[in-house]
Amino acid sequence: MSLLDAKIPAGPLAEKWSKHKFNLKLVNPANKRKYDIIVVGTGLAGASAAASLAELGYNVKAFCFQDSPRRAHSIAAQGGINAAKNYQNDGDSVYRLFYDTIKGGDYRAREGNVYRLAEVSVNIIDQCVAQGVPFAREYGGLLDNRSFGGSQVSRTFYARGQTGQQLLLGAYSALNRQIHLGKVKMYTRSEMLDVVIADGHAKGIVTRNLINGNIDTHTGHAVLLCTGGYGNVFYLSTNAAGSNVTAAWRAHKRGAFFANPCYTQIHPTCIPVTGDHQSKLTLMSESLRNDGRVWAPKTVEIAEQLRKGTIKADQVKEDDRDYFLERKYPSFGNLVPRDVASRNAKEMVDDKRGVGASGFAVFLDFADAIHRLGKDAVAAKYGNLFDMYYQITDEDPYKQPMRIYPAVHYTMGGLWVDYNLSTNIPGLYALGECNFSDHGANRLGASALMQGLADGYFVIPYTLGDYLATIGPKPVDAKHPAFEKTKQDTINLINTLLSMKGTKTVNEYHRDLGHIMWEYCGMARTEEGLTKAKGLIKALREDFWKNAIVVGANEEVNASLEKAGRVADFLELGELMVDDALMRRESCGGHFRLESQTPEGEALRDDDNFAFVAAWEYKGDNQPEVLNKEILDFEFVHLTQRSYK
Amino acid sequence: MSEFKQTFNSSLGKKLIMALTGLFLCTFLIVHLGGNLLLFSDDDGYGFNMYANFLTHFPPIEVVAYLLYLCILVHAVYSLILTIQNRKARPVSYAAVNKSRASWSSKNMGLLGSILLLFIVIHMSDFWFSYKYSHKIGFKEYRTDLATGKTTSVDYVPASADFEKSASTENNIEIVRVKDLHARVASSFSNLLYVVFYVIAMGAVAFHLLHGFQSAFRTLGWVHRKYTPVVCFIGTWLFAVIIPLGFAAMPVVYYIQSLNK
Amino acid sequence: MSTNNNMNLTLKVWRQKNAETRGAFVTYKAEGISPDMSFLEMLDVVNESLIHKQDEPIHFDHDCREGICGMCSLYINGHPHGPKNAITTCQLHMRTFHDGETIVIEPWRAAAFPVIKDLAVDRSAFDRIQQAGGFVSVNTGGVPDANEIAIPKVIADEAFNSATCIGCGACVAACKNASAMLFVSAKVTQLGMLPQGQPERYSRVQAMVAQMDAEGFGSCTNTGACEAECPKEIKMTNISRMNNDYFSAKLFREEAMHEHAASGE
Ligand SMILES: Cc1cc2nc3c(=O)[nH]c(=O)nc-3n(C[C@H](O)[C@H](O)[C@H](O)COP(=O)(O)OP(=O)(O)OC[C@H]3O[C@@H](n4cnc5c(N)ncnc54)[C@H](O)[C@@H]3O)c2cc1C
Ligand code: HEM
Ligand code: SF4
Ligand code: FES
Repeated sequence: MSLLDAKIPAGPLAEKWSKHKFNLKLVNPANKRKYDIIVVGTGLAGASAAASLAELGYNVKAFCFQDSPRRAHSIAAQGGINAAKNYQNDGDSVYRLFYDTIKGGDYRAREGNVYRLAEVSVNIIDQCVAQGVPFAREYGGLLDNRSFGGSQVSRTFYARGQTGQQLLLGAYSALNRQIHLGKVKMYTRSEMLDVVIADGHAKGIVTRNLINGNIDTHTGHAVLLCTGGYGNVFYLSTNAAGSNVTAAWRAHKRGAFFANPCYTQIHPTCIPVTGDHQSKLTLMSESLRNDGRVWAPKTVEIAEQLRKGTIKADQVKEDDRDYFLERKYPSFGNLVPRDVASRNAKEMVDDKRGVGASGFAVFLDFADAIHRLGKDAVAAKYGNLFDMYYQITDEDPYKQPMRIYPAVHYTMGGLWVDYNLSTNIPGLYALGECNFSDHGANRLGASALMQGLADGYFVIPYTLGDYLATIGPKPVDAKHPAFEKTKQDTINLINTLLSMKGTKTVNEYHRDLGHIMWEYCGMARTEEGLTKAKGLIKALREDFWKNAIVVGANEEVNASLEKAGRVADFLELGELMVDDALMRRESCGGHFRLESQTPEGEALRDDDNFAFVAAWEYKGDNQPEVLNKEILDFEFVHLTQRSYK
Repeated sequence: MSEFKQTFNSSLGKKLIMALTGLFLCTFLIVHLGGNLLLFSDDDGYGFNMYANFLTHFPPIEVVAYLLYLCILVHAVYSLILTIQNRKARPVSYAAVNKSRASWSSKNMGLLGSILLLFIVIHMSDFWFSYKYSHKIGFKEYRTDLATGKTTSVDYVPASADFEKSASTENNIEIVRVKDLHARVASSFSNLLYVVFYVIAMGAVAFHLLHGFQSAFRTLGWVHRKYTPVVCFIGTWLFAVIIPLGFAAMPVVYYIQSLNK
Repeated sequence: MSTNNNMNLTLKVWRQKNAETRGAFVTYKAEGISPDMSFLEMLDVVNESLIHKQDEPIHFDHDCREGICGMCSLYINGHPHGPKNAITTCQLHMRTFHDGETIVIEPWRAAAFPVIKDLAVDRSAFDRIQQAGGFVSVNTGGVPDANEIAIPKVIADEAFNSATCIGCGACVAACKNASAMLFVSAKVTQLGMLPQGQPERYSRVQAMVAQMDAEGFGSCTNTGACEAECPKEIKMTNISRMNNDYFSAKLFREEAMHEHAASGE
């Protein structure tokens, strides 16, 4: 084990970033076009980085596995994006956003990073508006805000329930402009399968063309991974079907440290599972908690009747309802952070007070809001979410409360990066949800969009230059044996996968893995459960390599092969997540160890022993990974037990 | 100039031409119907024949007429070009019939237009061509007693082959001799097949314009919360109901009259 | 909640190995389908059974499975995205169908959308149209404060309506002419309505229309099938707005003509 240096600049919080920017080396404008930058992923992080770097003059090669950069999963974000603009004059400031984020993350994030995030948040909104992003506005023509969980100010900018879509389309348009100008070469339907490390530096990637199966190598002076989160390790999550960990995981296997893998965000308001056929879970935006009230029946008997369908929710008398969030957290009420809301819903279900046919749900009720504001006003705010709910459940949320239950939503863990967003491998960077980022052990709503765009628009354009100036503009040596070797490794893996003609489909393995992860590494974790999960995952993985079926050939469109590679990686990641959760004998944010809770059942941290980032180092197949620690120094905030009472 | 060419070669430019020519044809329909209403006046064709003569001999109207023919031609040629391009845009068609909500007429503009083209060709050769360039149509002599205002008519056979029209007053009686298109119309409209074809063609006009009139405005980019409903109203009631009904009524009425003779 | 009112269905699915080979319909049985499944989950079930038989699964595009990424397609029984209005295929649930029904599933059909495999088509033409001009030319940094430009709420809302297009291509699939006008006009209108989009308003529309034509989409007869099938209910009004801008640019706006001449197009 070694201690990691995050390279956080010294000095007062508010001056760190500007001083750092000044100290970073610059690349001469005339030299910029001599550098090639590889950007993998075109979500908010990737698209904004690719566009901004191309604007500076670098040659960018961008990759995504979908058919268009516009389809990255950032498109699905609903609720909004935070920024410390204080347009509402309600007491917001950069410092408050910083403080809320650090506290929301249960004091497991870096002060320096989070402060920088809050600082550049204001520029993001300006940038997006300039691109034509149609944020919600008030009648006076100025920007509107809403509130989100974990904060008491209104600082969330939104575009109806489609904020991610609008932000991504903005970044996509900036990217398109650079493609048009010839500064970005876009590779769609291309999956990155490995990173090429030559003489200790990242110098390229290996990709598979998803249409004809060609395995290609691409060279670059630096490689930026912006490949999103790994929530799909749980099989069911709010992520897109294609979201995966492959790029990050293969980089990890080439030496990049993987940080805090067990920090998973379970979002409280999702549409509950209806059956085994279910392929994904749909989020109902957190913004709904602004006007929706969460409740469960007070007694098991009433819950029973609701489950059987003998009575309907609106028939339950006011006195028989337990608005448990309002009851337990009078000051934040329904707007407590996600981890808290999720755990409380689980408690209700464990208490046999869950509703819906399966009993795995609580209510999110809009009757009051409809009464207070009118149906039209509610529809104007949440219409598309209500429609979405109706499509999926066939129930009208204007008439009956929504049934909601927590679901895996976001992964705070990811590739370890320093203050410059560089992984421990020089030249290899990670941005957006792909890195372990700024959210500590729990991410506040509307902060992921902010972080992805901060990384891409306002951080990497500065920090990357420093590295590039150091290595100089000489062309990357495409003949370096590492390229051929990495390519051959990739081909070998594909051939192994294609030779698997067992009896169980890859999807079935994935579903099994998901069950294990949800059961033992989900909302509540124990030493015993995690230990059991470790064995189960190992066995499942061994079985996978013996018994999975992969059909078709490499030289064609082959979804079966694509999925097999991704599930193979999830099977390895799952075990690391369990290891990490086992190691972290404390509760913090989204990581809740039953052994470590306050008398009121809140997450109980152990700051003396666990105020560090756990960065795991890959040591070879079937070898235990090695833990490296980055100690978290808190110079400016005082660590307290989080309370939203 | 190439800028101009490029504009009209773009898909939008071609549509602009369709819309402008189409709308021009629409205005013509109003004028044409107005004239044809003279067929309904009980003057043994006097008014109608005078009108036909006026149309074919007044120079400014002749210029407009040629513009009209050009429009029909351009409209038809561009519709053909667009149809071919649109077919090419979907080389493999669907096995399941498209059930998307869209009006029948909007999906069959080409078919309706083709019926119209056929109609226009027959119609023009029957009346306009024979009127202007053949000697198949006889003459009539109208004598109006200017004291009583009563008009009588007899067939007239002109002395010279290039006789067109004459008007004179003798003993307080006005004598007008003109080509008797009215007789030709009456005889054509006593043929049931002909009448049926006419009525079908007017049905095609109705459906073509039910979609076409408002579509032209959309193509031109003229949509407006307030005025678009007005356009749709005019398109439906004037161009798809009143005008086609007016045109179709003539052959039907003449046919019924011919039965009573 | 697995109900016993499960359904058995017959699927007639277009199978085509790749762009070069010819395709044909193949009939499959989908059995024990729960009405709570989405259409894509129903196909997942069929595919799982095919894989168990070591057969190649039916390929179709999909990703978010919640109606926002625009990746899913499928022309189902004569309707892009199936028979229900204002949803995508991934939001279509099997309760829309009845037991014993035969469902015909085809890819989007358009010359500009060549089939890649089975039900998946190549929609990169849409990207190229956006690349031609679907942006506001601002670099990162150096922009004014977001609240420096006040935009009337009605304009912002209307621009937003146009901006909700997910680029799925259902409009092209539904149109008898395989026209892309609804898609293109949605972007042109969004940026054309907002103050930020004004400086490039007239060059943008020209560039995007030119690219649209180059991709081989058909022209617009204003039939409205696009609007009827668009999962995001993008309005045809956008098309007229675009026409208006285009003709202004081409025929009346001097500055747009200069700009166009300068760009050498
Ligand atoms: C349903 C939902 C709602 C959300 N709502 C909010 C919200 O309201 N506010 C908020 O702040 N956050 C929200 N989030 C979180 C936020 O949307 C994401 O964390 C963020 O958008 C991630 O952006 P990204 O750029 O890092 O990755 P993504 O947008 O996921 O992009 C990943 C990119 O990487 C590419 N890629 C991945 N692997 C490979 C590979 N191997 N080879 C090539 N390319 C690859 C993909 O093609 C894609 O382009 C939400 C998330 C979900 C799922
Ligand atoms: C010569 C025979 C005709 C043919 C073949 C024809 C064909 C067509 C076709 C195919 C269209 C649709 C074009 C498109 O949307 O791409 C069309 C549109 C139209 N036609 Fe005709 N037509 C004919 C005659 C007429 C006549 C006689 C009129 C009017 C009296 C007319 C009026 C219109 C109008 C207004 C449109 C709408 C233009 C638009 O969509 O913008 N057409 N015609
Ligand atoms: S306009 Fe509608 S149908 Fe067309 S691509 Fe956009 S969302 Fe899809
Ligand atoms: S899969 Fe994303 S819209 Fe259907």
